[in-house]
Amino acid sequence: MAHGHKSNEKVVFVGDSRVRKRSGAPNTVPPDYSSYPGKSEAFIPNFLLKEWMVGVVVLVGFLVLTIAEPAPLGYPADPTNAAFIPMPDWYFLFLYQFLKYPYVAGDYIVLGTVGIPGVAFGALLLAPFLDTGKERRFYRRPVTTALMVLSLISLFYLTKVSWDHYQHELAKTNTIPEHHLREEKAREAAMSGKGGEEQQPVASIPIVDEDDPAMEILKARCIACHNPDLKGNESMKAPALRGVGDTHTKEELVEIVTNGKGGGAMPSFKEMLSAEEIDQVTTWLAKQKKAE
Amino acid sequence: MLKGVYNWIDERLDITPMWRDVADHEVPEHVNPAHHFSAFVYCFGGLTFFITVIQILSGMFLTMYFVPDIINAYKSVDYLQHKVAFGGIVRGMHHWGASLVIVMMFLHTLRVFFTGSYKAPREMNWVVGMLIFFIMLGLGFTGYLLPWDNKAYFATKVGIQIAESVPYIGVYIKELMQGGEIVGAETLTRFFAIHVFFLPGALLALLAAHFFMIRKQGISGPL
Repeated sequence: MAHGHKSNEKVVFVGDSRVRKRSGAPNTVPPDYSSYPGKSEAFIPNFLLKEWMVGVVVLVGFLVLTIAEPAPLGYPADPTNAAFIPMPDWYFLFLYQFLKYPYVAGDYIVLGTVGIPGVAFGALLLAPFLDTGKERRFYRRPVTTALMVLSLISLFYLTKVSWDHYQHELAKTNTIPEHHLREEKAREAAMSGKGGEEQQPVASIPIVDEDDPAMEILKARCIACHNPDLKGNESMKAPALRGVGDTHTKEELVEIVTNGKGGGAMPSFKEMLSAEEIDQVTTWLAKQKKAE
Repeated sequence: MLKGVYNWIDERLDITPMWRDVADHEVPEHVNPAHHFSAFVYCFGGLTFFITVIQILSGMFLTMYFVPDIINAYKSVDYLQHKVAFGGIVRGMHHWGASLVIVMMFLHTLRVFFTGSYKAPREMNWVVGMLIFFIMLGLGFTGYLLPWDNKAYFATKVGIQIAESVPYIGVYIKELMQGGEIVGAETLTRFFAIHVFFLPGALLALLAAHFFMIRKQGISGPL
């Protein structure tokens, strides 16, 4: 037992809590635990030992999770990557989704960023001063409980809508999240015996004949997917155009540009470009060979 | 021997009362899952603290490798994750722990809310707890940028855009966070400093206040 009432200490404490007993003072603190029904137990060592055992089980589960599911890492930040779908961490999704609704965005954005979240979080912060009744049981405090339950429902709903929307966007743009793509590539590389080394030869390949008029057509049609620097975009499965002459002949390039490739991943440009334009572009692309 | 050392220190500093204040107390039946299984809801606060300790320890090890600089941040995280022995596990613990701490804190907040434990005389402890919640969200937001991959970069850009839309002070908040015109080198060092020094400092102070108050006031009684 930690300490009882028959203590001969000079300072007498009220049961568990270290508040001094004052005779005649109003009861500002809750009753000490010995007046609660049932058995109490010393915090150290009895209770803490049990708690630690549960903690160890949690810790093992946690370690299993970290080994089974490595922390995600995508590709290095590239501010010019216009195709990347921004995604905050999951616990901010509700706010992210909330700000997409028209009545809290655009002209009313202040309502969305300060107004409604301010009132909601302000009320939460000041809950003890708003709900001042003595009743503690939630089913006897219908207004407080209802407000909290409503907030919880909207939190879960907004998070779910936001996540579904993200999945939908990924499917629509045919995008694999970068950290999955990267992990897959690393695994493939490890399987084929390359030891998982990062290979980025593309960056060092120069663009051949950059002032050619074909560049204007490329700027209008191709760079949206293949990146303004023509280094390609991994997440859209658009390959680099630098050095493309090494892997494809002009005939192959004409075929790809005219009819598309990969089930629409590379669209067909039959309608958008004239035959001469396609010829001009593919002639230029065929010239894109790595300088030896 | 140990008792001798303890007595030697105790004679000079009188540490026994301090030890009693910190550790020598009892756990009442209504919060003890060994007696009532449903009392496990009272464990979420302790679990939040447990995960917070894991976060602090794993974070300390991460800073041994992490370089807060736009050229090397990504490379150092990549190196830590794939080349350093157990680096993937340490980073994994920090990454998943960040989510877990939010979940535990959320459950702890709901327990306190639905048992009405925030009521008099514990109002101040609730307010401090909410401040801890906001600090944790801030830690999550600033930590998300540090690996400096595309996900981190664009999420931070959107986050700062949202902060900018606050009337009057929005532009100043933006400048304070970004440290310049764009999300770039300054932003990364700032977020690193905020994530590693400013917020943890505030967090520890608030946690100390939180625990001091719970010891002073005791846990709330059964419903």
